[in-house]
Amino acid sequence: MDSALATTDPADLHAGQEHGHVSLPQHRHHFETVEQQREAGSFGMWLFLLTEIMFFGGMFLAYLLYRNWYYPAFVVASNQLSVRIGTINTMVLITSGFCMAIGVWAAEVRRRSLLVAMLVTTTLLGVLFLSLKYGEYHEKYELHHIPGNNFNISMFTNPAGYGIKEAPLPPDMAQKTQVFFFLYFAMTGMHALHMIIGLGILCWLISRARRGDFSAGYVAPVENFALYWHFIDVVWLFLYPLLYLINRHPMH
Amino acid sequence: MSTAIGNTIVSLPDQSTAQLPKRHYINNEYGLLSWLLTEDHKRIALLYLFSVTFFFFIGGAFAGLIRLELLTPQPDLVAADTYNKFFTMHGLIMIFLFLVPSIPGVLGNFLIPLMIGAKDLAFPKLNLLSWYVYMAGGTLTLAALVLGGVDTGWTFTTPLSTHYLNTHVITAAMAIFITGFSSILTGINFIVTIHRMRCPGMTWFRMPLFLWSHYAASLLMVLGTPVLATTLVLVALERLFGIGIFDPAKGGDPLLFQHLFWFYSHPAVYIMILPGMGVVSEVISTFSRKRIFGYTAVAFSSVAIALFGFFVWEHHMFIMGVSSYSALVFSLLTMLVAVPSAIKIFNWAFTLQKGSITFETPMLYCFGFMGLFTIGGLTGVFLGSLGMDIHLTETYFVVAHFHFVMVGGGLMAFLAGIHFWWPKMTGRMYPETISKLAAVTTFIGFNLTFLPQFVLGYLGLPRRYAAYPPEFQVLNVLSTAGATVLGFGYMLPLLYLAWSLKYGAIAGSNPWQATGLEWQIASPPPTENFTEIPIMDHEVYDYEWLANKTKKEVTTVG
Repeated sequence: MDSALATTDPADLHAGQEHGHVSLPQHRHHFETVEQQREAGSFGMWLFLLTEIMFFGGMFLAYLLYRNWYYPAFVVASNQLSVRIGTINTMVLITSGFCMAIGVWAAEVRRRSLLVAMLVTTTLLGVLFLSLKYGEYHEKYELHHIPGNNFNISMFTNPAGYGIKEAPLPPDMAQKTQVFFFLYFAMTGMHALHMIIGLGILCWLISRARRGDFSAGYVAPVENFALYWHFIDVVWLFLYPLLYLINRHPMH
Repeated sequence: MSTAIGNTIVSLPDQSTAQLPKRHYINNEYGLLSWLLTEDHKRIALLYLFSVTFFFFIGGAFAGLIRLELLTPQPDLVAADTYNKFFTMHGLIMIFLFLVPSIPGVLGNFLIPLMIGAKDLAFPKLNLLSWYVYMAGGTLTLAALVLGGVDTGWTFTTPLSTHYLNTHVITAAMAIFITGFSSILTGINFIVTIHRMRCPGMTWFRMPLFLWSHYAASLLMVLGTPVLATTLVLVALERLFGIGIFDPAKGGDPLLFQHLFWFYSHPAVYIMILPGMGVVSEVISTFSRKRIFGYTAVAFSSVAIALFGFFVWEHHMFIMGVSSYSALVFSLLTMLVAVPSAIKIFNWAFTLQKGSITFETPMLYCFGFMGLFTIGGLTGVFLGSLGMDIHLTETYFVVAHFHFVMVGGGLMAFLAGIHFWWPKMTGRMYPETISKLAAVTTFIGFNLTFLPQFVLGYLGLPRRYAAYPPEFQVLNVLSTAGATVLGFGYMLPLLYLAWSLKYGAIAGSNPWQATGLEWQIASPPPTENFTEIPIMDHEVYDYEWLANKTKKEVTTVG
């Protein structure tokens, strides 16, 4: 059967396949070279991130639409979010992204302890972000600002009664704050879900990094995970201004 | 088989000397686990083949029940709400569990690595995972069915699905949500494989058109499916917690749901049809013994369909109160999609011209495809024009239109492909005479079923009702009679293909004298596909190259 292959001369073929790479135990047999395997992996990761953009895209579209329709409600509701916590969280997430980037570099230069340290820092910062987020969610729960049947608009129709310096909204517009809070919970919730999944993968990476799996030239998992983690950062960098800062516009 | 082609100038190899290879991917390992844990793309393709066939016959059973109910004007077989559950299940199963995964899951999985000269897809584990995810989604769909069904129609239209029904909407929505991830994984795998795993010499314009069309379909899967996922999650949340995103009472907009849903579900029809077009290109070229006419145009038309396909979704919403100006634009864009589709049909026709045509079963199915898809496509242009659409939308005209495209197109292509590559997948030939009978039966049954529905729709019969005025009975009876013939036509391949697994003639490596790399290795292929990675040193569809090569190696037929 071999002769029926579309090959010309087996000798030529082997010459073409020779390469300077050291063969790694992680090299899967169906890839010709380690380089091809690494490229395929990171290309696949980029495609996956593309699907993630489309996944969040639907919600960004909804945000765009409803913000245009119910701008006053969006402004008032947005003012109920804590810009301080939001800003701190942004810093926390950017720092964790920075640590992750250092981690990739550490893996590439094969410094095991630095890699482990960086992965652990990334994890801790991720946990810090989620704890702060939990605090924010809990506050909204106590104020009945979680959309659904228990949603309470009295803070927006009668802000003075809560000691808030806002113009009261007419009831029908106040009702629309629910749309804002729904989008807030859906978007930050999806973001948090991605972080929780990310933290799970980080724990797995830490245990492998401690074993020294990524200290011998095989860095693909660290590299690809870093892409994912940076993607989560970037999503947050869009969510933060859209949700927290929409009233910090020069016009207002 | 040799009698069928004996009097043509084409000399197919003498198969009486063909032998099965001693070791191939099917007998390489034994036991259930060796299948359930396999990472071999060929075995995963067979897993997909079994499961999509299973779901096809379940979906088909619901089609049968629908047609049986419509035999008489009164809702006398089942009550109206049961009928609603029937057509919902028929739609969900046929679209998400059959048409979307059928050709990519079975033929794409099996053939893409073979056609580009690779040992496997780029991510074999993700490939297996995609099958498990598909099965999980399928099982949940069946769960929704067993628990009592769902009656939203496959479109999950809000506010019907979120406010007015108490059937298992959430279960069904989650089932489709999960199934979506299977197609995302498949899409990613195909794109990366086609980009990164091509053998030396396999440039983009030496790739068989099957690969171009799968590439385009994969782009749609990767870009469209996540939007459907978001939409279904929002529907489930709206139903569970009343969050209000699609609820006008709370400031939401049901039309937003339509935009999001059709942003996926219109490209989804191209996910279903594009891989089929790839199959047709391969079959037409092989049985005309000619390079595909206008190869580059056909290749780019796949990409053009994928591109335009994303900008026509609003034509599903012309009567839903969208702005007239945007309706105009979307109407124009809809008609533009017809251009690349027509390019394909014309190029296949020119490929046939002066070709050495033979009429094996896959070719018959492809002729069926070309005729039926043309009718389906042109009626699509009717529906894309605004005035006609307002008259015809939500009538049986639409039902007939998309069945011509999806069944007459997608399913015909699937059967063409299954027959064409059956010798490669199993190492054995299907019986030629009875399979020709099946192809002709399917064609006749199909036309008898769906041509009357064009008339019914034009006369104004709305879709999705269990009852209809008595004057429409004659056409409905014709349609039901056609469905019976059609059902018979689909049962036949199931029987004789199963029969051929044990009793079929041994095929040999290249029974059709086709040029693709997949035909230059043993049938069934060995687990590692190629013992030496091939070098693509000739153009695609180069029949002279094949003739020269075969001349040199007379000894290796089996």
